[in-house]
Amino acid sequence: MHSTTDRFKENARDALADTGLQKALTRASAGFVDRRTAVIERLPEFDTLRDEARVIKDHTIANLDFYLERFESKVAENGGAVHWCRTADDAREAVLNICRLVGAKTVTKGKTMIGEEIAINEYLEENGMTPVETDLGEYIIQLRGEPPSHIIAPAIHVSRDQIEAAFRQHHNNLDEARDLTEPAALLGEARAMLRESFLSADVGITGANILVAETGSVVIVTNEGNGDLTQTLPRVHIVLASLEKVVPTLEDASTILRVLARSATGQEMSVYTTFATGARREDDLDGPEQTHIVLIDNGRTRLLGTEFEEVLRCIRCGACQNHCPVYAAIGGHAYGWVYAGPIGKVLTPGLIGHRAARDLPNASSFCGRCEEVCPMRIPLPKLMRAWREREFRQPMGPSLPKWAIRAWALAARNPVLYHFGARMASRMLRRRGGALRRTARFPFADAWTVHRDLPTPEQATFQSQWSGLRRAPGRRRKQTRDAPL
Amino acid sequence: MTTSRERVLGDIRKALGKRAQRDEAAEAALVARLEAHAMGTIPERAKKSQREQIRLFIQMAREAAATVEEIKTLRAVPGAVAEFLAAHNLPSAVVAAPDPALQDVAWDSRETLQVRAGAAEPSDLTSVTTAFAGVAETGTLVLVSGPGTPTTLNFMPDNHIVVLRAKQIVGDYETVWAKLRERAAAGKSAGENMGNAAKKTMPRAVNWITGPSRSADIEQRLLMGAHGPRRLHILVVRG
Repeated sequence: MHSTTDRFKENARDALADTGLQKALTRASAGFVDRRTAVIERLPEFDTLRDEARVIKDHTIANLDFYLERFESKVAENGGAVHWCRTADDAREAVLNICRLVGAKTVTKGKTMIGEEIAINEYLEENGMTPVETDLGEYIIQLRGEPPSHIIAPAIHVSRDQIEAAFRQHHNNLDEARDLTEPAALLGEARAMLRESFLSADVGITGANILVAETGSVVIVTNEGNGDLTQTLPRVHIVLASLEKVVPTLEDASTILRVLARSATGQEMSVYTTFATGARREDDLDGPEQTHIVLIDNGRTRLLGTEFEEVLRCIRCGACQNHCPVYAAIGGHAYGWVYAGPIGKVLTPGLIGHRAARDLPNASSFCGRCEEVCPMRIPLPKLMRAWREREFRQPMGPSLPKWAIRAWALAARNPVLYHFGARMASRMLRRRGGALRRTARFPFADAWTVHRDLPTPEQATFQSQWSGLRRAPGRRRKQTRDAPL
Repeated sequence: MTTSRERVLGDIRKALGKRAQRDEAAEAALVARLEAHAMGTIPERAKKSQREQIRLFIQMAREAAATVEEIKTLRAVPGAVAEFLAAHNLPSAVVAAPDPALQDVAWDSRETLQVRAGAAEPSDLTSVTTAFAGVAETGTLVLVSGPGTPTTLNFMPDNHIVVLRAKQIVGDYETVWAKLRERAAAGKSAGENMGNAAKKTMPRAVNWITGPSRSADIEQRLLMGAHGPRRLHILVVRG
């Protein structure tokens, strides 16, 4: 996917001014959060399961080579093939080769985030094929020519009116007089159109939520059933999966599935969880004749063995996005690449390069909700801070804030200098604030003062008040006596 | 020439550093972990008596918007199916799984009901299938693919009726894996005459199904029947 992460600040500004988007974000915000809270209250074991899920993933990542080789051999035993790909180019090439070998023209697609990373749709189109997204949200944004703005609700930014407009523009046989006011009518229209695609497709491409090393199974999770029609009806099923999706056993997968849907949509379990193992068996009446699993690195091994390794535990539930105040204000597109919200702030610099995405880790209020809700206990704020530290140490970004931070560090480590500076600042602010007791403009801090005034300190600094109290022993004793027990 | 497989694995091992340098004991420990099938925490709610599990399964399936009807024996299936079709104003025709488990169902006891056995066709409106298990903790059905249980029946028709014997209801997902492993072990020891499917733990597809298909992609409004069945009707057979 083409990235606009380097325009993050402009993107965010535009998003804040986009009234349609703001309406959509308001509509979306509460539902996911409330449903997650309610479903977790019913499962006292939830936090224990999170701890266990974390241990499972850490163990797997520490032995990633072993489990991937085991997974590959089990896939082969079941009549499937694994294609190892280092880069997005390798992966696109592998998919195109498979499609060409089977003479494919139409390709149906289930939702896949790694598919967005490698921009597989654009590539297949350039090479004369017609990829059709089948997840309703993905289908809507494909018609609109947009990238997804949320991991599990890709069209969360689109209004009903816009969906109707997209259908009327692209569905050639749609009767102009037909009433599509009700969302159910829109769904019916999409269902009928996509059913034809399912039946005519030569190849079905899905992502993978989990890979199981023990059995060579690919797990996908959906609510619509589109992923299952995509992988069952065409002759060929291609799975796009990043390396870190693997877990050792079916039991490990079950533990992770117990936290996935609850964190994502607040459901006890998603409607369809499918374990697909290899190609159609000898006596089967349906299922694909060929199964190909395209295993993609695309930057994961660069994170492995670094302080960012923990982000590889992510199971793409979207809980951090649902709970992020910054995401709620600007939506997903402003982040400029596949992953929006807190996970994007940590993952994107790692996958497409820190320089291009350097503003993302800074766009945080550090409220910590993302870490609080992450089912895999990824310390997202800590990892954002780690990117910030790197930015500080490397020659990138504006230099003025860095000098300011250095000056601050010098003062903070020198009490005499610090207290002197604080006294001066307090005195200066009180003088500058005057009768209004507020400062409207401040040198070098326009970005901050443009939206608010800096209130004038009420009195002298805490330190000087404290030493004043210590010099008046009678008053201090009285205060101690009066203090509540 | 290095293959891309070797390159990717090489990148992983390089990044893992010492962790990728395993001696025989470490390698054996990983193999042992794979074979132990150790379970994580099983929610308390799944550890009830069988009677409680059946009750919980029905409750959770209904919460997931499935409809559940309890019937006494397999003989009652045709009547229950006909009533379901009539209640929803559906044509009196179904496609049924060619599963030996349904062979005792006397379909011709309902003369007006048309039954075809096989995989799903685009024109099929209602399917009747069996299930491998029901999981009480979330009201989840487990359906496995095989010669008698084609997967398309679970996804293509608008209405999906599932025949589940009460004794197939278990507490948790892990019990289902254990049962699939038992089945594979039995298949192996039975030798060639069992057919291919049963000798492996995992058939081509294992479908966990929790309620009917749905989508909330239009302004977060929950709508049923996105691509899979709009209605999921479960017949729990007591006998």
